[in-house]
Amino acid sequence: MEAVVVKNLVKTYGKEQTVAVDNVSFSVEQGELFGLIGPDGAGKTSIFRMLTTSLLPDGGSASVDGHDIVQDFRRIRSSVGYMPGKFSLYQDLTIEENLHFFATVFGTTIEENYHLIKDIYVQIEPFKNRRAGKLSGGMKQKLALCCALIHKPTTLFLDEPTTGVDPVSRKEFWEMLRRLKEQRITILVSTPYMDEASLCDRIALIQGGKILSIDTPQNIVNAYPDKLLAIKANEMYKLLKVLESHPGVINSYAFGEYAHATFHDTDTHALQAYLRGHGLTGVEVKGAEVTIEDTFIKLLH
Amino acid sequence: MKQFLAFVRKEFYHVLRDRRTLLILFGMPIAQILIFGFALTNEVKDSEILVVDYAKDNASQELLTRIGASRYFNIRQAALSHKEILGTFQKGKIKAVVVFPVNFNEDLLHHNKAQVQIITDASDVNTANMITNYLSSIIMDYQNQVNQNLEIPYRITPEVRMLYNPQLKGAHGFVPGVMALVLLLVSVMMTAISIVREKETGTMEILLVSPFKPVLVIFAKAFPYLALSLVNVTAILLLSVFVLDLPVKGSVALLFAESTLFIITCLALGIFISIETDSQQIAMLISLMGMLLPTMMFSGFLFPIENMPLPLQIISNIVPSKWFYIIVKSIMIKGLGISALWKETLILLGMTVFLLLVSLKSFKIRLQ
Repeated sequence: MEAVVVKNLVKTYGKEQTVAVDNVSFSVEQGELFGLIGPDGAGKTSIFRMLTTSLLPDGGSASVDGHDIVQDFRRIRSSVGYMPGKFSLYQDLTIEENLHFFATVFGTTIEENYHLIKDIYVQIEPFKNRRAGKLSGGMKQKLALCCALIHKPTTLFLDEPTTGVDPVSRKEFWEMLRRLKEQRITILVSTPYMDEASLCDRIALIQGGKILSIDTPQNIVNAYPDKLLAIKANEMYKLLKVLESHPGVINSYAFGEYAHATFHDTDTHALQAYLRGHGLTGVEVKGAEVTIEDTFIKLLH
Repeated sequence: MKQFLAFVRKEFYHVLRDRRTLLILFGMPIAQILIFGFALTNEVKDSEILVVDYAKDNASQELLTRIGASRYFNIRQAALSHKEILGTFQKGKIKAVVVFPVNFNEDLLHHNKAQVQIITDASDVNTANMITNYLSSIIMDYQNQVNQNLEIPYRITPEVRMLYNPQLKGAHGFVPGVMALVLLLVSVMMTAISIVREKETGTMEILLVSPFKPVLVIFAKAFPYLALSLVNVTAILLLSVFVLDLPVKGSVALLFAESTLFIITCLALGIFISIETDSQQIAMLISLMGMLLPTMMFSGFLFPIENMPLPLQIISNIVPSKWFYIIVKSIMIKGLGISALWKETLILLGMTVFLLLVSLKSFKIRLQ
């Protein structure tokens, strides 16, 4: 069954009709962990807000759990869980008070759905009398997730839950999401971090309000059309310049300590000679494993 | 109902954990009452009066004792020339000078006519007027006593009675005024800020994606401030009775009922402001500028409305505090009951219902 169906959704802002979401369509299966991957300003938050009924679309339609986001917005509001990108709990209330408040607002109690949040809550429970404003970034996210989960939502919307969170907490957070999946909760998550994309069941790459590609992370990587090379030289900056001016280059960019590049003609020996001929030293060329980020850059060009 | 209580409890946490809010909420009313009660009074108390007595006879001494006995004046005596008198004014401490000419008693008894010179510092018009009035009435009093055995034909004696406030205490006018002012400011500003804060911090976004109904948000937001404002009313009344010696003549229960109504009017206004604004600063500015000034000007508390040009008089009718000021004044000082105040009460009630309906209608169930 499809938990979320989005058809030709459009959102524009202001008098200039700036397009934030441009004819977006996708659907999410029930129990799926679906990722919206894209840089800041790609339209992820707008999509989330429309799906959680706090924004009206300017075109197209969408439904969550079979309820229309415009007509049946009240039913959606009481059945989904939403965690906005900005930390939006009451900073002057303690962990426990925040959780209790949101449980009551949704007409439930902490005890009733404790099993859902238990794994996460035990980590912050030692600090339950601390005010939310005084928590670290990772703890804030855990608390926000608890608050979004406490009413046993059918679908969970997490808008950039790991932005501003340290790498260890990020990893933990994704492990929690995988465990939630076992509870058959549909999860839509957005993130600007490409490395997190591979942790989703399916992802949509999004840029400028348009979806570039939707598939499983593996398929998206497999669909990469060219042979990707990782190239290294002692002079990184010069290397990038030389690669850019190579007559057969399709794409080249810095990628960690290497430069990634694709060429029309993938003769690595010729390439090495070309680079050395341009005065580069310590040249190393090898085949690279394609990542989501490479696909994204490819799709952008 | 459980949701409502949880929300109310959360609101109380917000207020009680924020020192600044607490200070505004409870510090302001007490400070205002005390400031208006003791510092900003327009009564003439203990004014420095310089007496230059060239006569030094029975009549001048008798008059001097009378002036000195009044609690309005502190008397200092000095024998100064006319020039020196003007010099003392420039130092600024002396509010008035009373000069008895030589032969004051003689003139009074033998020529049936004597003169006393009163020189006042009219750079402060009100004080100068009031001092002259007080002094004149003391002198008239003395004159009447001297004349009491004489038959003067055609004499009109005004019999003045200062109704409701025989001692002409300044506190009578300002306690109702401060009450209107403080309740308005606290209620409007606090509710306006508290809803806008939810928008600013993003918690409104979460609340929107919840089964919460707008009505519930509005009432849950207003309720704690209603309770706290009633605490304020109690504090103001206690201060006015025990510190300022101003008892409540009418029914205290009625006073509380009317205060509750007025607080709800203000809360509705605050909610309306918060719905129409997006930042705490703007909400605060509108509440302060939009409420403080009209209340000061149009409630009749500082400037009598009857003296205003007609257009301003008409405008004053839409200021809720004007009606509340009339109500409080009538209950506290005149001791009137609801039968005399039903019109004002109905007007406040109408305003409240109108504002609440508009707020409910314009409450945004989505982000913009």
